[in-house]
Amino acid sequence: METYYKPEDLPKFPEIGQQAPELSEKFFDYYNAVFAEGALTEREKSLIALAVAHAVQCPYCIDAFTQGCLEKGSNLEEMTEAVHVVTAIRGGASLVHGVQMRNIAQKLSM
Amino acid sequence: MNNDIALRETDLPEGDLEPFRQTLFRHGLSLERGKTTTLQINVGFLCNQTCRHCHLSAGPGRKENMSAKTADAVIAYAERSHFETIDITGGAPELNPNIVTLIEGLSPHAPKLMFRSNLSALNDGKRDHLMNLLKDKRAVIVASFPSLNEAQADSQRGDGIFRKSIDALRNLNGLGYGQQETGLQLDLVCNPTGAFLPAPQEPVTKRFREVLMDKWGIVFNNLFAFANVPLGRFRTWLEEKGNLESYLERLASGFNACAINGLMCRTMVSISWDGTLYDCDFNLARGLHMGKRKTHVSEITGPPSAGSSIAVGDHCYTCTAGAGFT
Repeated sequence: METYYKPEDLPKFPEIGQQAPELSEKFFDYYNAVFAEGALTEREKSLIALAVAHAVQCPYCIDAFTQGCLEKGSNLEEMTEAVHVVTAIRGGASLVHGVQMRNIAQKLSM
Repeated sequence: MNNDIALRETDLPEGDLEPFRQTLFRHGLSLERGKTTTLQINVGFLCNQTCRHCHLSAGPGRKENMSAKTADAVIAYAERSHFETIDITGGAPELNPNIVTLIEGLSPHAPKLMFRSNLSALNDGKRDHLMNLLKDKRAVIVASFPSLNEAQADSQRGDGIFRKSIDALRNLNGLGYGQQETGLQLDLVCNPTGAFLPAPQEPVTKRFREVLMDKWGIVFNNLFAFANVPLGRFRTWLEEKGNLESYLERLASGFNACAINGLMCRTMVSISWDGTLYDCDFNLARGLHMGKRKTHVSEITGPPSAGSSIAVGDHCYTCTAGAGFT
């Protein structure tokens, strides 16, 4: 295997249903319902998905939702800001645990 | 680019793409004319911009421009044919030396006159007379405006074009265009700024309306979101970026059989700058003649007959993807 991730594998995603069709159907029904227009627009949902794709570092999702965001009318400026939002949360999640570190250090220290 | 080059560009389908005619056949469909109600006139490929998505490869260096003699033949055809809509396009039609003659000659012969503009040519400081003429004739102005983002718009249309477009839209609003009480119609055309499909029309219209009003106080009537057609300069760009095959596949995979009835080629005849007839502006770009033979506008007596077949190519997937292209 030359690489774990190949772009041409993305369209094969539905094949995951071959071994567990009922579970797969439930998942994709749910997935499609989540991304339908609701209180949030489809464009806003795609921006959230793009940001989360970076947090979970899924190359398939980054590929799909970059195209999806562009096709929903978002631009590179908005998409970059979305990635910064998730970066801030991810970085902040590390940093805020510094409070735990400080608590423990203070308890142990004279 | 001449038509011979255009033909070579699109002679063969890319990769495993099913030919468009075969897709129609597989769905039990054929593409035939209905009642022809629209006359589209492409006055030439001369343009002040060199947009990357242009299916005609229009630009400042192009020499193909409608002559006074051809313009007279087009006006005579409109007079004897009683179309519902006359649609003037280019290149930048503003740059054709016979454009005033055409507008004045054509406007009495159809209830609706449309004028397609890239905005920068119309608002270059030298064409107030043309803007006023369009207003006097109550022509619908159909303006290219691809994105609310300056970088995206300029990447498609050229540096500085976004700002020029905003200035032009403000001027048109000042003339009464886009204002509900005047009835002067200003429509926007939004093409994707790359190798991806257009945003759904309804939400994108809502967003453009809000942002244009909030940021620049601009109003408009309708917005049309159209896919880019893989011909001309856009096809070259797709090839250079390695996007051609995936873009064609994306268009073909979006084939919507329900879009066939509403295709513009079923109700339109398109005339090239030299008077040659085509089924649409994209067939014009590709050099696919109406009725499979080169016919000059002076040779026909009226609108093409209902039921006559329409020339197709793989670029037709653009108009059948998703909601369609009208």
